[in-house]
This record gives sequence, structure tokens and C-alpha cells, in this order.
Amino acid sequence: MNKESTETLSVVTEREMPHPPEKIWRALTQQPLIEEWLMKNDFEPRVDHRFKFRADWGEVDGQVLAVEPNKTLTYTWVAMGLESVVTWTLTPTSTGTHVRVEQTGFRPDQQRAYNGAKYGWQQFFAALEQVVARTD
Amino acid sequence: MLFKTLADPTRRAIFERLCRDGEQTVRALTARSGVSQPAVSKHLRVLKHAGLVRDRHEGRQTHYSPQLGALAPLIDWTSQMAGFWQRRFDHLEDLLKRMDR
Repeated sequence: MNKESTETLSVVTEREMPHPPEKIWRALTQQPLIEEWLMKNDFEPRVDHRFKFRADWGEVDGQVLAVEPNKTLTYTWVAMGLESVVTWTLTPTSTGTHVRVEQTGFRPDQQRAYNGAKYGWQQFFAALEQVVARTD
Repeated sequence: MLFKTLADPTRRAIFERLCRDGEQTVRALTARSGVSQPAVSKHLRVLKHAGLVRDRHEGRQTHYSPQLGALAPLIDWTSQMAGFWQRRFDHLEDLLKRMDR
């Protein structure tokens, strides 16, 4: 294994949105709204709540870790054997909200999880890409 | 091809064991696989064909080792996930616009 692979993998996506944090919070936490932009779900913004995101290509299991209304939301994201943590951060700006999502993956030095996840994610994304291609 | 190769649970288990424990003989793999030696050998041939394992002959034994490099195309996790969230952000923004109405 190379040096990089001993680090935690992390993805950050950020965007300014011309909407107040309260409204974005609703989209992130209310089931019918989550379904509109992410996946079918039984999500509740309540610490320890276990939920599933469901799509044609499979399921994501999650558990809520932290909730600070209109500010931060953290949950686990387990798909195809890969465990990661997703953290949403909403920061008010003069024109709306800075939306930041960070997904932090497993530590690759946990060899078994890493090796298992390598092809697990491929299944995940192969299916996802098909779905996306169909909806484009 | 990698995808298809690893879709079989027995084959995947053999590959996982090699990843976890390193190089092993067919006999050692068979002892822990719960299937016959010919079946294990067949799975190993498929794995080898996909470039996922390499074999090394030593006397009458064949040793197999995992080739993690073969998985490299599959694991560009960060760029794939970033793409996923970018698309979801697009959907989220569409939804937020609709919520105004």
C-alpha cells in the first residue's frame, strides 16, 4: 500500500445557494423533500435515528450522529460495505447560504474494509451512473 | 470485467482472503473456502484472467497473490463521490427553486 492510502479519504463539495439556511435545512431533513433531490428515505433529524436511503441501484444505511438545526447535520453513510460519515454545514451569507457537504471515508489502513470497499464502490457507482445516464 | 469477476461471492471471498492474508497456496485457500479444490482452482483462474491475482509455481505447489493494482481503476473514490454530490447539489437547487412557488 502506498503512503496516500493510509490517510482518511475525504470529499468536500461546497456551493453558495441563494436561499436561507432554514429552507435548505428542510430540504436536507424532511422525507418528501429529501426524496426529491437525493433518494427515497425514512430519515428523521434525530440523533441515533437509523434510516435508509433507497434507490434503484441499492441502499445506503445511515444513522444520525449530530443535529444542530439550520446549521449542521451529520450521519453515517454505509453502502456496499463501505462506511463513511457525511457532514452538512450551512453558513448564512449576505445573499443566502454557503452549503458544504463533507464525506469522510474509511481509513484504508483497515485493510479488510478497504479491500472490500474497492469493488463495493464500483458496484455503487456503476449502478449510479446508469441511473444518472437514464435521467439525463 | 473486474466487476463481473468479483460478483461471485465465493470468488470474492477467495480474493478477500488473499488481500487480507497475502500469498497462499491453492491447498491453503481450499481448506478455508468450504468448496472443493477444483472449484477453488477454477475461481483462481478467473481471478488471474482478470489480472486480480498472480500465480507463482514452486515445486508442485502454486502460490497465488493478490494484485491490488488491478483495482486501481475502480477506486478513484474521491472524484466519483465529488461528482455524485455535485449532481445532488444540482437537484437540491432545483428543489429549492420549486419550494419558492
